[in-house]
Amino acid sequence: MMFTVAAVGVVVTMAMALARALIGPSVYSRILAVNVFGTLAVMLIAIYGFIDDRPEFLDLSIVYALINFIGTIAVTKYVTYADMGHGDDGDPAGDI
Amino acid sequence: MNLEILSSDLLNVAMLAFMGVTGVAIARIRNLFAVVMLSGIYSLLGATLYVILDAVDVAFTEAAVGAGASTVLMIGTLALTSDREKAMPNSNAWKGLIVCALVGAALVYGSLDMPLFGDPMAPAQQHVAPRYLNDSMAEIGLPNAVTSVLASYRGYDTMGEVFVIFTAACGVICLIGRTRRRPAKKSGGDK
Repeated sequence: MMFTVAAVGVVVTMAMALARALIGPSVYSRILAVNVFGTLAVMLIAIYGFIDDRPEFLDLSIVYALINFIGTIAVTKYVTYADMGHGDDGDPAGDI
Repeated sequence: MNLEILSSDLLNVAMLAFMGVTGVAIARIRNLFAVVMLSGIYSLLGATLYVILDAVDVAFTEAAVGAGASTVLMIGTLALTSDREKAMPNSNAWKGLIVCALVGAALVYGSLDMPLFGDPMAPAQQHVAPRYLNDSMAEIGLPNAVTSVLASYRGYDTMGEVFVIFTAACGVICLIGRTRRRPAKKSGGDK
């Protein structure tokens, strides 16, 4: 019961994040909407694992969180430099 | 138990509804940056749906390729081109809609013959699946049957796939390289 209520709450929040991604006038609101949506997908998979009595899904949701991070890095790099091949200017740390 | 089935149905319906809304929005929005963001959301929804349908490995691939790699690739394409789509006068929109509706109807008609989801009498569950599920623990010793199929029963197949991916990665590195990096200073010398 508790997990079902939590899943309903996550789905409602997903609807709100999706609305922000659809309307979102600025670039940043859309980036944030996608980021929030990825976090909500992670939470939904974790909750579904407990609903279905398979808490091993927690591992899967951790990997999703890592993937979500990569996309956000690429998007913020694009917004900052408007170029994915931004040089490292001789910095030994690379273009991180 | 009923509540579990109910919540699983609710999640299915909610994910499919979100995917429908996102798909229509992707087709209609002209700001391509927003389209890339929405396609990332679409992949996450698809991955969640695959998890609910018990296809955990497919869901993982969808999340890694759809939400991770293809978002990065499309953002890179936007950086090289433009993030506005030219509005084309489309007089063939109705023809396209009719073709899509016909193909969709044919696919739905074809799916009517398929066994129900999770049907234990389906041909896919009758052939080699019982052997994998019953004997893989004794034969391979891995708790996850999917892993033992991929890594041991079909080990040569998986090794071939790894070779293909490795070759593709080598080709991409040869083509792209790191030409944007500044050449190292000559005076330092290299040991």
